[in-house]
Amino acid sequence: MSESQELAVKEKQELAKQEEKTIPGRYFLPPADIYETEHALTVIMEMPGVDKNAIDIALEDDVLRVEGKIDFAKYQGLDPVYTEYMVGHYARGFTLSRKIDRDGISAQLEDGVLTLTLPKAKEAMPRRIAIQ
Amino acid sequence: MALFPSPFSSLLGLQQALDAFRTSAWLQASPSGSGSYPPINIFRKNDEFVLLAEVPGISKSDLDVQVKGRTIRVSGTKVVKYEDKSSLHRRERQSGRFDRSITLPIEIDPERVKAECHDGLLVLSLPQAEQDRPRSIKIG
Repeated sequence: MSESQELAVKEKQELAKQEEKTIPGRYFLPPADIYETEHALTVIMEMPGVDKNAIDIALEDDVLRVEGKIDFAKYQGLDPVYTEYMVGHYARGFTLSRKIDRDGISAQLEDGVLTLTLPKAKEAMPRRIAIQ
Repeated sequence: MALFPSPFSSLLGLQQALDAFRTSAWLQASPSGSGSYPPINIFRKNDEFVLLAEVPGISKSDLDVQVKGRTIRVSGTKVVKYEDKSSLHRRERQSGRFDRSITLPIEIDPERVKAECHDGLLVLSLPQAEQDRPRSIKIG
């Protein structure tokens, strides 16, 4: 997208519940980009306000689950007078194919943006076939 | 556990408090324009105001904050980069320029404004200007 474009606000999308959370509060779906290169699949998610230590990434069966918690203790003593966006935890799950090297998954957080790198398994890498 | 816990002791409490102000008339008379980027929440903390804006993926060097009188201007550019030779499967993040001014119903002391940006959250502490503070009048 060209950089000269004006940015607009996208309302946060609330997480559709697949299972009930036992703690009260609303969860939101972090906006995500997914792109693929020759060697890996990259998932980028925006989770503003989430600390590095408050992110939980778990791989269970074929589902990669990401949960980012905001520290609402920071809001203690603050009385809202004007609000435009909702504050809440973030959660999103991604179903992985067998073609991902699960031991090689890495994560990085910068400026509230979480980048997950999912390297492709060897058998899924593109190969050049030499003609005999 | 206190019998009457603070409303902020749960996430739900915070969200309910935020929800209650979604229709606040606090900035209504100003041309701030809700729906402009970045989304802003304003809180009162004792004597000062705290402005929070969600700016994920924007580095400090790409953000510009100006304060004059009652008006705050937040502008910058958000860049979303992909690696070369990549194919895109999903794109939900947005990129582009933004420039937003909001006018508060209080005078701000620009000398004492503090700005912080971490984890994609811009935090501005906005102390009220001394000349704008209410004064107690002794009844003679």
